[in-house]
Parts: sequence; structure tokens; C-alpha cells
Amino acid sequence: MRKRKVFALLAMVAALSLVAAACGGDEEGGETAATGGGETAATGATATGGAVDCEADPFGCVEVPAGQPIQLASLLSISGDTAFLGTDSNHGVELAIDYLDGTFDATPGQVLGHDVTLQQEDDGCSAEGGQAGATALAANPDIVAVIGTSCSSSALGVADTILGDKGILLFSPSNTNPGLTSEEAHQPFYGRTAHNDKIQGAIVAEYVLNELGLTTAATINDESPYADGLAAAFRVNFEAGGGTITSIEQVSSSDTDLGPVFTNIAADEPQVVYGPNFNPVCGLSYTQGSDIMPEGTVQIGSDGCLESSFLDSVGDPIGGHDYYASSPDVTAFQDGAFFNDEYLPAYTEQYGEPTSVFNAHAFDAANVVFDAIEAVAVDDGSGNLTISRTALKDAVFATSGYEGLTGTITCTPLGDCATDVTIGIFKYNNWPVEGGVDPTDPVYSATKTLADVL
Amino acid sequence: MATRTDGPARGAQLGRFERVPWRRVILLLLAILIAAVAVIGAYKTLTLPADERYTASTWKDFIVLGIAQGAIIALIALGYTLVYGILRMINFAHGEVFMFGAFAAYFFSSAWEESGFLDSNPWLSMAILFAIAMLVSMTVAILLERIAYRPLRNAPRLVPLITAIGASLVLQNTARGFFGAQSRGFGVPAALEGTWTIFGLELDRIQVLVIITVVLAVAGLSLFVARTKTGKSMRAVAADTEIASLMGIRVDRVIVTTFAIGGLLAGIAAILFSITFESVNFTMGVRPGIAAFTAAVLGGIGSISGAALGGVLLGLLQSLGPALILTGYEIPSAFQLKDAFTFLVLVLVLIFRPGGLLGSDEAEKV
Repeated sequence: MRKRKVFALLAMVAALSLVAAACGGDEEGGETAATGGGETAATGATATGGAVDCEADPFGCVEVPAGQPIQLASLLSISGDTAFLGTDSNHGVELAIDYLDGTFDATPGQVLGHDVTLQQEDDGCSAEGGQAGATALAANPDIVAVIGTSCSSSALGVADTILGDKGILLFSPSNTNPGLTSEEAHQPFYGRTAHNDKIQGAIVAEYVLNELGLTTAATINDESPYADGLAAAFRVNFEAGGGTITSIEQVSSSDTDLGPVFTNIAADEPQVVYGPNFNPVCGLSYTQGSDIMPEGTVQIGSDGCLESSFLDSVGDPIGGHDYYASSPDVTAFQDGAFFNDEYLPAYTEQYGEPTSVFNAHAFDAANVVFDAIEAVAVDDGSGNLTISRTALKDAVFATSGYEGLTGTITCTPLGDCATDVTIGIFKYNNWPVEGGVDPTDPVYSATKTLADVL
Repeated sequence: MATRTDGPARGAQLGRFERVPWRRVILLLLAILIAAVAVIGAYKTLTLPADERYTASTWKDFIVLGIAQGAIIALIALGYTLVYGILRMINFAHGEVFMFGAFAAYFFSSAWEESGFLDSNPWLSMAILFAIAMLVSMTVAILLERIAYRPLRNAPRLVPLITAIGASLVLQNTARGFFGAQSRGFGVPAALEGTWTIFGLELDRIQVLVIITVVLAVAGLSLFVARTKTGKSMRAVAADTEIASLMGIRVDRVIVTTFAIGGLLAGIAAILFSITFESVNFTMGVRPGIAAFTAAVLGGIGSISGAALGGVLLGLLQSLGPALILTGYEIPSAFQLKDAFTFLVLVLVLIFRPGGLLGSDEAEKV
């Protein structure tokens, strides 16, 4: 009897913690399918696909029977330290589905007379998470396209390959690692509306050299391809511009004690420490680095740092130590009437303040995919749709001059669709995210194309 | 005849050959090789050209940072080692006991930071924060023992081990559910910012507080275990549970006390960790938990002085090791290898002293 009581108690605690965990997910906005259901469409549809030759497409077609929804999926970081990034992007996709009917009314619209469901998977912001999520999605033959991933580590050589092997388009709103769209590593079914970090790294280097007038810098990055790629892009451009890199340090994203690393960096007395990481490492770098580095040393982070939890964890700016973060300059497109008058109010009403800037990229990504579906899907006359996977990918890659929320979208053959990118440098704590202190304008902003940078 | 005389002679030679303790010889050679690598690395680092060499002040920073970080790890390691000493079980959820203490104190510290109480009464507020974290960590540790471990007291050893890992995940996700996934800033009184000059050395105030608190806590624990009746009972249960129980010691009560003490120490560590790194989040117990477990093994699991020594040594290895030895070989980004370096030392220690530095020499399966 006693044992039974204890087990009952144990079960209750476990159940309570699961409920609590679920509540936590909701709080951060991890809602399920925007259209209120993620049920799988009936397979074995009889539609012949009209004029589409599915036999000729090595990856076949997706059949969407009349009355069934078009299944879109997202593979974004919706748990752990970077949940703010993925849930925010999911909101962007949900708003795109909402806006299919031309209004933000929390009522989803349709594509070619079909509802759109969104199956949300977690990329875990890691290669393992990307593998698990992509494998789950690749097993569902009805998924038309995937918006994701949040983190480059989940995509690079993992999700881009797993989904690409099945001919499923993976379209990312926030992967910025240069490798993903490089000649050597690009997977044919991978594209992104996020900027390439070659541009972000170049603009930060330009800012440090020309605007701050500082010529020595150290870089510190975690093990993620995102941080590694961005730090490398910065170093190349900084040295090409006449700067000197004093040291290159690496930390682990789970490190809490950065004291020894900063002590080591401080020995070379750099004027700038560039740490394009994620939180909590960004916040820890600022607080611990400021204790150790001499007064006047500037720290710079990137868009992975520029989010609310950094503000939560650091509080007021630390005297004598400026911190900046680079990010797509949202003010460049926030001046737009559509963003200000329609999109942002709808976002705020449905989900609260944005926790990152990439929801707009996700909104654009989803819209480009919807346009491509409309362009290539063939209706057999009774509402049954046939979508050729290769044709869909080709239609997305053929996007040119699309006026999106984040600017003009034109895709290159290697999948970079944000080819003309405006990057802003924001001084802490005037950040354009929840908790940021007005004025949240960038202190510097520059626009470059991929062709402009090294 | 010749073959007869040859036979035993060859046999004797073979015997001598076989009697050479090859395992020990190889280990000794390995140790000499690694010691040589370390000494040469250190020599090369210390004789770098003057402009590339670390200054004395940088070395002081490495050492003080290492000791302060190691001291916090030592406090958590004591929790592992006490429980192991009594139950022969690794309480993998101990990192989460620590995390809950930090979160409980965070809510008060952030409220007091806003109201100004933290800066107007720094010592009183720190004392209350310590009390809160210790109380909450102790409660979580006791509940953990009561709910997750006691029903499995007589189960095979692997069962409570797996349960401990499960409990750790449950506690982490509970914290995530209640408090959210983001990192939060931990308020630190202004009186603790800046430095104090002690014996001519300029030391960070928080590091001084950390080191003093840990020394007091370890001394207090040692006295408690050595001098009090409960301490004696704990030692008796650690020596032999069955006989202790036959002698009239209430084993369950001793075990709960052990968990409670581990929790109290984790609570102290939680505050020290939070004021050092000024940040709390739901995964904050994982890394220090692993470090503390490593420290406990390094020092000799089950031994109180071993855990304290292991913690400080681990902190020093992580902070000083890469700078002192790897820099000499011009290894780029030497600090990324700090974990590899630390575990190499751990493996070496365990090869030569399977029971850890201050533990018994007998290796024991967990």
C-alpha cells in the first residue's frame, strides 16, 4: 500500500511537470497548426495530375485531393535556449497563412481553394535535432515544403541533405551560415530568405574600421557553424581592410565560465572583441568580458545575440564597456506602410511583441512558397491538386524581384534569396526587440549585395 | 642432455620475461611522456618572447579565477560525494537541486534590485538570499530522495542511477515550464562590485566572497561529520549500513540528513555561482553538475576532503592548464581544449589511483 502511494505521488509529480512544460511551451508561443489541425491528408489519391508528368520528376509529385489541406511544415528551434528564434519564425509563417485571404484576421486563408496546415517540428538548434526533425518530416509524403531551419547547425549537411534526398524544399528564414549556399556544400532543394553572413561579417568589419576607427580585434565563437562562419567572415574582411586580429578563441555554447578565455584575450589588448554567438553565451561574454577587459574595449555580437533574453540577463548597459549587435536592419523595411500598419499590429495582437527579427523573413519565405505552389500546382478540374516537387523547387529558385516584407527577393541558383541586404548595427540597449529601450534605431546601417563582399 | 639443460634455462628466462610488470612499465612510460610534454609546454610558454608572454597579473587572474570557479564546483561536488559515501549511488539530479536554489533566489534578487533593497542592505539581502537558496535546494533534495530514490533503495544499482538521470530531466523541464527557457540576469549588490586589495593583491570582491564562503562551508561540514552525533551516524552508515542499523542507527534518517546537507551546500553554491556569472537559466545545473561529478571522482568519490581538493584542482586545470601548457605549443584557440585537457588529467589520475587522489585505491563499479 505504501509503495503504491509513493508511486502514485511520483506519477503525479511527473504528470504535473509535463503539464508545466507544456504550459511553458505555450507561453513562448509554441502553438500547433495555424488552421487548427495537423491531420494527414488521405493518401492514395486518384487524381492523375492533369498535365503534370510525375513520372518524369525523379522526386515525384505531392497529390492534394479536393477538400484536403496543403501540408506545409516548419523545422524550427522551438525548445531550449533558442526557442525565441523558432517560435517567432513560426508566428511569421502562421501570419502568412492568415494573410492568404488578404487580411490579418486570425482566420487562415487558402491556396488554390485548399486550407494550409503547418506541422511544427523542432530543429533543437543542433545537428542531432535537425536530423531527428528532418527524418520525421521526410517520412511524410504529403509535406509540400518545409520552412526551416532556425539554426545553420541543424541544416548544414543534415536537414538540407535528408529533405533534399526526398525532393522536399527546405526554405530557411534564419540560417545565415555561408557554407549552406556555397558551391561545395549547397544542396539542390535548399534556399533561404535570410541573409548570407558574408554580408553581415563584411558590414560589421567595415563599421569597426571606418566608423569606430578601431584596428585590433579578437574573435570568440562557439561551436555552431553560424558563429564560426560569421567570425570567419568578419576576420577576412577586417584583415582585408587593414585591421589586425589579435586572437581567435572558441568556446562551447554550454560554457558558463568565460573568465579564463577573456583573460587570455585581454593579454593581447584588442580594442574590439567580436562574439557572434547565441545567448546565453552573448550575455555572459558581455558581463564577464567587461569585468576582465580594460575599460573602453568594445564588444560586438550578432543577430543571435540581439534578442530579449540578452536584455533580461544583462540589465543596464555596463559603464565603460559598449556592446553592439548587428542584425538585418528591420527599420529599413519597418518604414514600410504594410509592415507598420498591418503586419506588426497583427503580430503583436496575436502573439505579443516579436522576440526576434526573423519572423518577417519567415513570413516572406512562406509567401514565396505559396506563390510557387500557385504557379506549378495543376488542378484536374475537380479540385484535386498535383504539385511536382522539382517544378516547385524550380519555381521558388526562379523568384525574382518579389517585393517582400524584408526587401526585394531574388533567388540565386545557390539558394540565396536575400541578395540585397541591409544590415544595421544596434547599440545596447537600444535594440528593436521586446524590452529594448527607445530609440531603437541602428547607429549604423549599410546595404550590400553578395557580389560586393569577399 | 643438451636439450635437458637448455630447457629449464630457457624456461627461467621466459619466466623472468613474464615477471616484468609490463602493464606498469607501459603506464610509467606513458606518465613520463605526458609529464615531459607538460613540462616542455610550460617551459615554452614561460620562455616566449617578452611581447608574447603572459604578464604576472594575467597569471594571477588565471589562478584566482580558477580557484574561485573550482571552489564553487567543490561545494556541488560535496553533494555528490556525501550521497555516494552513504548510498553508493551517483545522484545525477544534484545539478538540478542547485538550479532550483538559484531560481528561487533570483526572484527575490531581481525584485530587490528594482526596489533598491539589494544596494541599501547588501549584506542582509545576501544573507537572506543564501537562506532562501539553501532552503529551496534542501527541500528539493529531500523530496528527490523521498519520491525518487527511497522506493528503489534495494533495487539493483543501475535502477537508481537511471532514475537519477530521469529525475534530472523532469526537474529541468519543470523549471523550464514554470520559469521559461530564457536566461535571466541575477541582481548583484553594488557593494560586491569592484575589487579589494588583500596582501597587495587586487582581487575581485565576488571572488573573495566565494573563496571565504567555500572555506567556511567545507570547514563546517568537516567539523559536523567529525564531531557531531549525526556526523558519527553518517560515518557509521557509510562504513556499513547493515551493522549501523543493527547498532540502532536510523538509516533512513541519516540518508535524509545526507541529502539535506548536500542540498544546503548546493544552495550556497547556487548563490555564489549566480553572483559570479550574474545569470540563471533552466539548464544551468548541467555543466557545473558534470564538472562537480568529475571533481568528486578526481578527488576520490566518497571523500569530503577529496571533493574539495578535486573541485579546486579542476577549476585550476580549466583556467590555468590551456594557458600554461598548450600556449607553448602554439595551439590556436587553446581554451577550446580545456575540457579535453581536464579529462586527460582525470584519466591519468584514475589510471594510477583508481580511487581518486584522496580516495581508497580500490576501483569500484558504479
